[in-house]
Amino acid sequence: MAVGELADTIAGFALFADLTTPQRENVVDVFAEQWFADGEKVLRQGLSGSGLYIVLDGTAAIRIDGVDRATLRAGDYFGEISVLLGEAPTADIVAIGPLRCLVLPSSQVESFLKANPNVMFRLLQGEARKVRTTTKWLS
Amino acid sequence: MAELEPQPFPPGRYPLIVVGSGPGGLQLTYCLRRLGIEHAVLSQDEAPGGMFRRWPVFQRMLSWTKPFTGFDRHSREYERYDWNSLLAEEEMHRGVMPEVMDGSSYFPSRPEMERGLALFAGRTGLRVRYRCGWETTRKDSAGDFVLGTTDGEYRAPILVFAVGVAQPFRPPIPGVAEVPHYGELRAVETYADRRVFIIGKQNSGFEIASGLLPWARQIILASPSPAKLSVNTHSLVGVRARYVQPYEDSVLAGGVIILDASIEEVKRAGNTYQVSTRNARENVSLVVEVDDVIAATGFTSPLRDLPDLGVRTVGQSRLPVQTPFWESASTPGIYFAGTINQGSQGMMKHGIPSNSGAVQGYRYNARVLARHLAEAHFGIQPPRRQIAADDVIPLLLAEARYGPELWHQRSYLAHVVAIDSDRGIVDQGITPLATFVDSAGHDGAAIALESNGREDLYPIVYVRRNNVVTEHLLPPDPLLDFERDEHRAAITAALEPLLSPSLAKPQR
Repeated sequence: MAVGELADTIAGFALFADLTTPQRENVVDVFAEQWFADGEKVLRQGLSGSGLYIVLDGTAAIRIDGVDRATLRAGDYFGEISVLLGEAPTADIVAIGPLRCLVLPSSQVESFLKANPNVMFRLLQGEARKVRTTTKWLS
Repeated sequence: MAELEPQPFPPGRYPLIVVGSGPGGLQLTYCLRRLGIEHAVLSQDEAPGGMFRRWPVFQRMLSWTKPFTGFDRHSREYERYDWNSLLAEEEMHRGVMPEVMDGSSYFPSRPEMERGLALFAGRTGLRVRYRCGWETTRKDSAGDFVLGTTDGEYRAPILVFAVGVAQPFRPPIPGVAEVPHYGELRAVETYADRRVFIIGKQNSGFEIASGLLPWARQIILASPSPAKLSVNTHSLVGVRARYVQPYEDSVLAGGVIILDASIEEVKRAGNTYQVSTRNARENVSLVVEVDDVIAATGFTSPLRDLPDLGVRTVGQSRLPVQTPFWESASTPGIYFAGTINQGSQGMMKHGIPSNSGAVQGYRYNARVLARHLAEAHFGIQPPRRQIAADDVIPLLLAEARYGPELWHQRSYLAHVVAIDSDRGIVDQGITPLATFVDSAGHDGAAIALESNGREDLYPIVYVRRNNVVTEHLLPPDPLLDFERDEHRAAITAALEPLLSPSLAKPQR
């Protein structure tokens, strides 16, 4: 897909909602586009060297020890916890049907977020929501 | 006199057809012949060599062939240092490139590369139907693919396209369609004392900038994000050291300017161009007046009508999405070889892709692909040897130290041993790492080399037991010797559950 079309696609994602068009083009330039076939693994539980992924279209399952726990859709992102903590992912992410993602290798995430504080803030909001959900489960 | 011989492979039906006669097509036809698989090879070109019959523009390769290594040039170990020769089973046909190089550089010139490929094709007796251009593709009612060519129709149930990634790509930016692309560069002296704007900061842009340093008055390189350098990424991602000179020129404030900016429009204004750019970070626009604009904006794969048959593509290069065995992920029966193999992304550990874009990477894919085609479609089972439990660790460590497949295709190709309940321990040879990690199968182990993009590379062992895969990183070594005691201890601990006597069948 051309840079312009991709930049338009991610304009609708919460993570990139505050960016200008050239900034979104920069995102598309820095991230790589990847496509996964049905059943293909995107991230692998326990294996190092992951990255930050953003779903462009399609769906993916969060699978822990072979059990599907949740579904990811366009605009969702994953891999950020393992990247921020420098640890291997604790779940498999598996394509359910054709899946297209943008990916940023873990080594580039810190510099990208520091250069794009608006994305960093949105990411932080997303993590806060996850903590809130987890806290609800525990209480 | 090759010219007087009739062209091989007249139109008709074949069990398999390979399209392309660049290094990817040549390597695959060589490997298929070795396995006894009948097939035809078609090429629109007049002679072997593919893109190396024309490019790189400045006529020298980016891939080296190191003449002196301490290893015999016909040995498997030498392949680690020789990125350009095609692979042969016969020793006498290995290591062709050092033979044709004049010694002035360890990067062969383009004509040397072309000569090396032609020499390999001639010596190994490869047959190709040249000047036969593939034009259309469809499927007939019997399930065969039908290739329409300039010589007539060909049918086959399996096709392999090795047609390169060398079709110029221009992004849909206003005015860019009218400027010359990388391959349309004029003679360098015509750029004397001119201001040149190069769109793109990949190797092709920096190659042109390097070549124009002694000629152009000013060179501006621009694209949205900063240039990556291979010496920083510890991989082939980024601008290679050969072309870093313009970068140094810019940081020392010579005549080169490097902009991190989107190109919004290129407008002709009399004898000059106005290039409108916008910096992403500060959202500041800048209009530059130059005498020449060159689009070094990358290349795509000439897939013609394959998308109409369902072949899915990804990214700006529109590479076909491929399985770990390089089959179209969406259209079974259509395979790819050569530099198009970049579309089979592998595990992308640490964000580092395979080296399948380069000869030294995809030549090994071709060998694995030929074996896969033999097994999956032709009922041929190339032999796999049994090995004793005591030999497993020495084998895997020797592969980590010397195995060229592992060195050139890091975290992508692996050497696998399987524990087969009937046959004992079997050496499975070289396999795509993703298939070992992601498929259910026998217990076993795979060794690969891995780069994390920051530090020295290291061996990594994957152990599959009851279909659960664990990874075990072995230590790096400053002298790249992975057969030391610490490596032996680490791999022994990793493999202990697999190789303990209660699990492994007695071998002798």
